[in-house]
Amino acid sequence: MALWDLANSDWVITMGSNMAENHPIAFRFLVEAKRRGATLVHVDPRYTRTGANCDIHAPIRSGSDIAFLGGMIHYILEGDHWFRDFALAYTNIAHIIEDAYADPEQGDGVFSGFDPQQGDYSEESWQYKGKIVPSPIAEHRVQGEQKGAQSESMAEGPPPQDPTLQHPNCVYQIMRRHYARYTPEMVEQVTGCPRETFLSICELVAQNSGRDRTGAFAYAVGWTHHTYGVQIIRAATIVQSLLGNVGRPGGGIMALRGHTSIQGSTDIPTLYNMLPTYLPQPNAFHDHATLDRYIASETPATGWWHNFPKYIVSLLKAWYGENATAANEWGYQHIPKLTGDVSQLPMTLAMSNGVVKGQFFIGQNPVVGAVNTALVEKGLARLEWMVVRDIAMTETANFWQKGNRIQRGEARPEEIGTEVFFFPAALAAEKGGTVTNTSRLVQWHDAVCEPPGSSRSDLWFIYHLGRRLKQLYAGSTAPRDRAIQALTWDYPMMGDKQEPDAEAVLQEINGYTVADRKLVPNYQALKDDGSTACGGWMYSGVFPKEGQNQARSRRPDKPGGPGSHLGWAFAWPSNRRTLYNRASADPEGRPWSERKKMIWWDEGQGKWTGLDVPDFEPEKRPDYRPDWSKNPHGMEALGGADPFIMEPDGQSMLFVPSGLKDGPLPTYYEPLESPVRNPFYRQQANPTAKIWEQPGNELHGIGDPRFPYVLTTFRLTELHCGGVMSRIAPHTAELQPEAFVELPPELARELGIEHLGWTTLSTLRGEVEMRAMVTERLTPFEINGRRVYQIGVPWVYGWEGYARGDVANVLLAITGDANTSIHTTKALTCNLRAGRRAGTRSGPDAG
Amino acid sequence: MAKLRRGMAGRGARFLKDWSLPRQLAGESPMSTAARSTTSENLRPRLEQADRVGTSICPFCAVGCSQLVYAKNGKPIHIEGDPRSPVNQGTLCPKGAGTLGVLLSPQRINKVLYRAPHATEWEERPLDWAMERVAQLTKQARDETFVERLPDGKVVNHTIGIGSLGGATLDNEENYLIKKLFNGGLGMVTIENQARI
Repeated sequence: MALWDLANSDWVITMGSNMAENHPIAFRFLVEAKRRGATLVHVDPRYTRTGANCDIHAPIRSGSDIAFLGGMIHYILEGDHWFRDFALAYTNIAHIIEDAYADPEQGDGVFSGFDPQQGDYSEESWQYKGKIVPSPIAEHRVQGEQKGAQSESMAEGPPPQDPTLQHPNCVYQIMRRHYARYTPEMVEQVTGCPRETFLSICELVAQNSGRDRTGAFAYAVGWTHHTYGVQIIRAATIVQSLLGNVGRPGGGIMALRGHTSIQGSTDIPTLYNMLPTYLPQPNAFHDHATLDRYIASETPATGWWHNFPKYIVSLLKAWYGENATAANEWGYQHIPKLTGDVSQLPMTLAMSNGVVKGQFFIGQNPVVGAVNTALVEKGLARLEWMVVRDIAMTETANFWQKGNRIQRGEARPEEIGTEVFFFPAALAAEKGGTVTNTSRLVQWHDAVCEPPGSSRSDLWFIYHLGRRLKQLYAGSTAPRDRAIQALTWDYPMMGDKQEPDAEAVLQEINGYTVADRKLVPNYQALKDDGSTACGGWMYSGVFPKEGQNQARSRRPDKPGGPGSHLGWAFAWPSNRRTLYNRASADPEGRPWSERKKMIWWDEGQGKWTGLDVPDFEPEKRPDYRPDWSKNPHGMEALGGADPFIMEPDGQSMLFVPSGLKDGPLPTYYEPLESPVRNPFYRQQANPTAKIWEQPGNELHGIGDPRFPYVLTTFRLTELHCGGVMSRIAPHTAELQPEAFVELPPELARELGIEHLGWTTLSTLRGEVEMRAMVTERLTPFEINGRRVYQIGVPWVYGWEGYARGDVANVLLAITGDANTSIHTTKALTCNLRAGRRAGTRSGPDAG
Repeated sequence: MAKLRRGMAGRGARFLKDWSLPRQLAGESPMSTAARSTTSENLRPRLEQADRVGTSICPFCAVGCSQLVYAKNGKPIHIEGDPRSPVNQGTLCPKGAGTLGVLLSPQRINKVLYRAPHATEWEERPLDWAMERVAQLTKQARDETFVERLPDGKVVNHTIGIGSLGGATLDNEENYLIKKLFNGGLGMVTIENQARI
């Protein structure tokens, strides 16, 4: 959904986000929704300005979100509050799962298929009965292999279903059993939220969802930074799919992401596991040895992703140009293959273990922003060389001079052999290019002023580095150097500084026909025969013809207009503002209600039309049904009332047969560090959580009395993430000049801590000192019959810039989400005492 | 002398007439006419001095607020929210409103800095020298760590001896070229950014 569409919501639950403080401009749309009559809810451990602007604040202990959302699912199913016409038609609620499926209710917290030796799941028993279901999400395929080659069963007939919902292994019955014990009483016991408050939220969403009303969730890293972060979001997806709040005006789940182009850098990924726009990075341990095998295994039989071969071949043509031919697999062997997880956390450990020789840091400052930063610093000290590109001095760049280990006498600069380069970088107003916002809006920014001194854009840096490397490798005859020789690397340059033309790069991302270099109008024009080149198929259409940079378009709707603002910039894919908006119409193609109309079937014109670009084949009739006798593939296998076209059968997945490493349904686990035992199951924590055991990265046991407090980290309106960008801006730094810890008055009294007095926080990873902010914004929780204190610290400080303080991430361990390897920062345990820290950084009893 | 007295009296009278307080006491609105003075009449918005204005996007979070950037002689002099944008409708949060302070911060570094192994201080180096040195080191590290096949013969054509971190603060075109060169050209696989965290 577009950010502005939140103003059309009848309720919004902000959870895992402090939206009013961290995304204040987006929060305007919630304020507008409230003005139009919506009810706003904030579910969060802390009472913040978000809660203050909402109608209901529901406090929960950090990390207990799945108990809360599972309780909502229980309420919706048992009270029969779900939107039956929507969910029966558009979700897999009636699908029948394999007989061998066993639920955590039977396995005391573990699904069928678990291998305790390997610590991972086999998905066989999670499939639709008699089918093998491919996963549409490439980024989850590092361990689990895509089932494209085996997914022919999806083209042979629809998955077995029981529309009466009586079959014991249909998704509806499985979910009812799975969530049977997620009662309001259990929600209160696990989360600490009073059951009356919880129930008032359940009633709110149940009564305000359906044909005529919709609502939305808004979340940020408060949901993702857990070992089960993906499953928290999944739980909200189940709520929204059951209530019919997907693909409709004012309905959805809004991810409030942190950086200006964090969405763009996911789409056009500087990420290890994907090629541009969600194509899987080839993997040595998958069936990827040749391009044919890679395509066969990665192409699902049914659904939109059946077009996969066109996208990968066009990408290879964009990268290797004339050197990509049918005879050499379009250069496929030039693409390096993965042998495992090399995401940021393993990268950090690889540095500390001396595996990495050289490292680039391009606008990222892990000595503040990454977890267990003492371990990060140790890793930097083992590099042979590193490059930092930023606008001002960062803690990463001068770790060898002013780092935690230097400050505490554990190392001296003379002992650190890392060769360090600092290149000054240009900012948005000093260079042209596009960034993609959190609702997929690709917006161009102009170069208005000059970058000062030797500052250059990152485009300049990477382009000129590439030119030098191509020269260095020009004479090589070694096969291993053919990739860099074959790479197309010729963009026009402008001005004295030889700045590459960002529009030329955007045109390559958009794609073109190889013969005449004419820009393609959209991704439907891409081919798998080498006649088209495209750097990122989902962005096709951003530059549909010469001179027409859609990201530059600045024509908003007039007041009273459709409100989709199709003339403002470009939203991928196809300039569509709401994904899966086919679901905004009923199975016959009529809007569910006049008030909530978005797109609909126009019988006269024989096509879909409406207020947004339809997310459907434009001329596919609502009554189209696949002819299974013809073994239909791709989009032919999806009916006219199957809105979720990226899924193999066009249905929203309440129950996920493939692609998730930790189970087909969200299940409650405690955070890895918790003061209490899991009240639901004997299985304490996510059995597939990413844990890296090594000295300096120790975890606290359950209820360890040395670390009795639940700690969460957060950021501030005035200071942005780990970057120095806001700490060097005089007025924002002045507004938040110093690090602090928020704690409730009850705990302050117990520990003899005074407001604004010094405190020391410690974990087995390290120790930091901060001023105390004693505040009733935090209240003690009653969890499982005992009092649990929750405290919180902003993680945005370091020793550079005008606003300074100890780096909070010294306290955190390197652990990750089972599916994404995202680090976990929102629920851990720690100790707290009055007074300043000693010179050493080891925790109590840490040796 | 009389002329001087008349001059001073005239100035005094003009001052009293110009001073807003007596007019406010006399009942004029401090929100409109009584807020006027010769000084306020002569105030001009600084963006009038701009020789260039362009559209930018706020460099902080992912909401994507549009900004109007006013520049004079290649330097920014004023930044405000773009009223046309359906995202922010002219508004900016405290960070976005402080963007000019970031661009012009005295703490920005405009030179290439170099720290030799075991050195205790930074030194300045020319951009061209540093670019060539980094290119050489990259080639050397790649050549030393590149793996064409695993021991069992599987082709990987990769190196894990060089890593890259960062991208969420950059442009799409920049991320595209980083992935293209590092991954598609050099065979680096350890490429990550803030989207992971």
